[in-house]
Amino acid sequence: MTNRSHALSRMPQIMGAVSVAALALAGGPALAQNKTVKIGFISTFTGPPAAIGNDMKNSFELGLDHHGRKLGGLPVEVIYEDDQTKPEVGVQKTQKLIESDHVDFVVGYIWSNVLLASLKPLVDSKTMTVVTNAGASQLAGELCSPYVFSTSWNNDQTPAAVGLYMNQKGVKTAFLIGPNYAAGKDMLAGVQSTFKGQIVGQELTRWPDQLDFSAELSKARETKPDAIFAFYPGGAGVQFVTQYAQSGLKGQIPLYTAFTVDDLSLPRLKDLAIGIPGAQEWVADLPNDANKKFVADYKAKYHASPSFYGAQTYDAVGLIDSAVTAVKGNLADKEGMRKEMEKADFKSVRGAFKYGNNHIPIQNFYLQDAVKNADGSYSLHTVATIVKDDQDKFHDKCPMK
Amino acid sequence: MLYLIEQFLNGIQLGMLLFLLAAGLTLIFGIMDLVNLAHGSLYMIGAYFAATFADWTDSFVLGTVLALIATLIVGMALEVIAIRRLYGRDHLHHVLGTFGLLLFFNELVRLIWGPAGMTLSLPSEMLTAVQVLPGLYYPVYRLVIIAVTLAVAALLYLLVMRTRLGMLIRAGASNREMVGALGINIKLLYTLVFGLGAALAGFAGLMQAPILTVQIGMGENILIAAFVVVTIGGIGSIRGAFVAALLVGLVDTIGRAFVPDLLHRYLSEAAASGLGRSLSSMLVYVVMALILVVRPEGLFPAASR
Amino acid sequence: MSQLSASPRGIVSAPGWLTPRLTVIAALLLIFGLVPVYAAVSGNSFALALFNRILILALATLSLNLIMGFGGMVSFGHAVYLGIGGYAVGILAKEGIGSGFIQWPVAIAASAFYALIVGALSLRTRGVYFIMITLAFAQMIYYVAIGLDRYGGDDGLTIYRRSQFGSLDLNNKTLFYYLCFAILLAGIYALWRVINSRFGLVIQGARSNERRMRAIGFPTFRYKLVCFVIAGALCGLAGALLANHTNYISPAMMSWPRSGDLIVMAVLGGMRAVFGPLIGATVFLLLEEWLSRVTDYPNLIVGPLLLVVALYVHGGIDGLFGRARRG
Repeated sequence: MTNRSHALSRMPQIMGAVSVAALALAGGPALAQNKTVKIGFISTFTGPPAAIGNDMKNSFELGLDHHGRKLGGLPVEVIYEDDQTKPEVGVQKTQKLIESDHVDFVVGYIWSNVLLASLKPLVDSKTMTVVTNAGASQLAGELCSPYVFSTSWNNDQTPAAVGLYMNQKGVKTAFLIGPNYAAGKDMLAGVQSTFKGQIVGQELTRWPDQLDFSAELSKARETKPDAIFAFYPGGAGVQFVTQYAQSGLKGQIPLYTAFTVDDLSLPRLKDLAIGIPGAQEWVADLPNDANKKFVADYKAKYHASPSFYGAQTYDAVGLIDSAVTAVKGNLADKEGMRKEMEKADFKSVRGAFKYGNNHIPIQNFYLQDAVKNADGSYSLHTVATIVKDDQDKFHDKCPMK
Repeated sequence: MLYLIEQFLNGIQLGMLLFLLAAGLTLIFGIMDLVNLAHGSLYMIGAYFAATFADWTDSFVLGTVLALIATLIVGMALEVIAIRRLYGRDHLHHVLGTFGLLLFFNELVRLIWGPAGMTLSLPSEMLTAVQVLPGLYYPVYRLVIIAVTLAVAALLYLLVMRTRLGMLIRAGASNREMVGALGINIKLLYTLVFGLGAALAGFAGLMQAPILTVQIGMGENILIAAFVVVTIGGIGSIRGAFVAALLVGLVDTIGRAFVPDLLHRYLSEAAASGLGRSLSSMLVYVVMALILVVRPEGLFPAASR
Repeated sequence: MSQLSASPRGIVSAPGWLTPRLTVIAALLLIFGLVPVYAAVSGNSFALALFNRILILALATLSLNLIMGFGGMVSFGHAVYLGIGGYAVGILAKEGIGSGFIQWPVAIAASAFYALIVGALSLRTRGVYFIMITLAFAQMIYYVAIGLDRYGGDDGLTIYRRSQFGSLDLNNKTLFYYLCFAILLAGIYALWRVINSRFGLVIQGARSNERRMRAIGFPTFRYKLVCFVIAGALCGLAGALLANHTNYISPAMMSWPRSGDLIVMAVLGGMRAVFGPLIGATVFLLLEEWLSRVTDYPNLIVGPLLLVVALYVHGGIDGLFGRARRG
């Protein structure tokens, strides 16, 4: 094995050497005779967030079904790995996929911190990577990489859209709360980047183990804001919204959210979710054809509603298919695949989007709301478009042009 | 001032929850001399049972009662099958064996109920806040937790101090062989005590289920807090557990509520937020270490063992 | 070599050559020695990484074994020294001090210093109180690390350059592997020397009857404290290796289940055997890896297994090869 470790901090030099390295790799014996597309899939399959991981896996499988289980004409082999929500496990599994399984693509990553920890081996080995959820701002900025693409967003974009909506609603003062990890900090910064009113209080709570927010909710009440903004992904969102309702704050101080009410938490929140707005780049009722097919087939196959996590992962299949098709199955031609992927030339379930220089989508963000349907079930609906063709604010820091 | 009272109530409510968990733990500790890391699993199982039964029966109250009975049975079965064999071993083996049980139960719950977690919905009349003082609103359900736990604490006191079973429990704690020699079925006594501890843990789990969570691993973090309570209170002392639970609940809540703001007065925003979070999270452990340095056997050490 | 496998206290019980224990240990060492060759031939560098991790965690377990197995001090917060050692490397690397000649001694010294504080305050408590107070001190540093926003806080920190040792390139995975192997063997040898020294005998005497040792005139508190500090320092070194191995540090390195893992590996391998930690780490980590590949519910097997070990396998796996003399 040759030693391929580089300092990420020397990104510009690496960028310069990209074409040389790609050529070197193209001649590598392990990759020359590919008959299948080997995909490593990293997500969370244990613990409470397994609900998210399963939704992603289901959507990915559905996407493969829709492509006849072939991408660019080649049969597909997927290896699923569980990161257990832990960054250190995520790195280990990433290394295993690269070094032991010699995969052509790595797909997945829910959590910003798991992604940040795993980025070095991915970049060092120049593995084609499609991040389908985690949106750490470093990835959009200084740590962007030629072979790493995202089908999601940068963390601050969604809360920034919520901030714009709060301005529209005439909110003058706000209290912000979120968990204390990479995404939590990015989210709170995101609201502040667009919200024009005054921030009267801000709390970062212990993550992932703090689930009682009584002290923080009391604090929020004490500061008497016009609105509360919260970011709590997964199961924590259910707890936060429940405690918010039960503290009597609902009806007094409105709650605005990002990634807190989603299709996975909705069946648990039920009525509690109604009247709590959120922003998202994808909603199940977006009217394009690809999305209708995705949502209908998902419901038929898994008897549940897909979430945005699933939608983003479903898109990864289309993105990879376009890349493998463009190089006619020559998976060693990473440069060719990169160029094709930069066009985002596939049928995304969110509608068409473009890639920025940093390989983060430039896309719309919608206002969504929970409604109760006639049959007693609950679902999320698009209310309005908050912002069109939004690009993250970190792309300037990305050395790729 | 009202804000201070509100945060105090938050602290007391957390303390009450910790007491329910710690009471069972300290009973088992004191009487069987067993370190039980699987106590948090019983807390989790109580919550899962409550969510399931409430779903089946469509009644919050009925669901919780059934769950309590079920957890009691699971606890006693666990004692007979596995725990019993750990008595008299080294504490290290307790840690290892019950750590294994903890892993096992997490996995079993995932197998049975799936990974997603469950919801135990409150009756709508409890889903609101009431005015406890002019201008001070407090969630009804949290007040219910405080009241119910105080009632349980009183019952537990009566049970241990005023009944024959309690007398045996106290006797067993101070001199095991003697109780056995007097012809008492010590095995049965231990099973009952473990079941009681399990039921208390399950009760804590189902009481918190509507406001916190019903999910895998929910017992682990609070378990450590409960161990802190037991240690500060003095192993085996229910009175100690009560005092320590209130102390830990208040310290933790007050720390989270006030330490970061306090630091802001003296430090820059950035420094204060990082330091404040660390300080408020570790305050409980600092308190425990300080208490143990001064009183190596906790606040209410067992009289003789 | 035959002496290394003998029971503590330096009483070489079996002069015969091929005892089962010796055979297993020799085979184990041979396998570990050949892993890089296998990795190079098969192109499976993941095997190298996995076994390297085992070596490092075996070193950490070895240090726990010193205080827990031989000294009778059950620390439920031993992973904190892995964290301190790792953070010493990570923080220095982030601040531009890449030299291993600085990083590693700082890692060892910082861990030793914290062990000194913890030991001085904790060693007056007994039994479960000791278990809990060591846990408390570990949790404190865990939360300190979470608050270190500059070093990634809860998310941890990627280390972009491994420790620099002049012309020695730690990025060379084979070289790094053999370095870890050598350090572990040196650690095992050192442990064996320590427990057979006068100092080691006092420590083991204090485990079985502290009052008697004090009565004979040994200041057992001081002896135990020194022992505790040595263990902390050794584990700090393991932390520095781990940080270099994963190129990444995070508070999770010292969360309490990690301390639980170390205890599991120590007990599983055999607490009063110098090769116990290597056996324990190998079996536990390989089992974990294997089970996660063959089943979706690995802990349905691991959990009961731990209970069985706690109940029936006294002396751990090492104990299966015949009884070592106990103190």
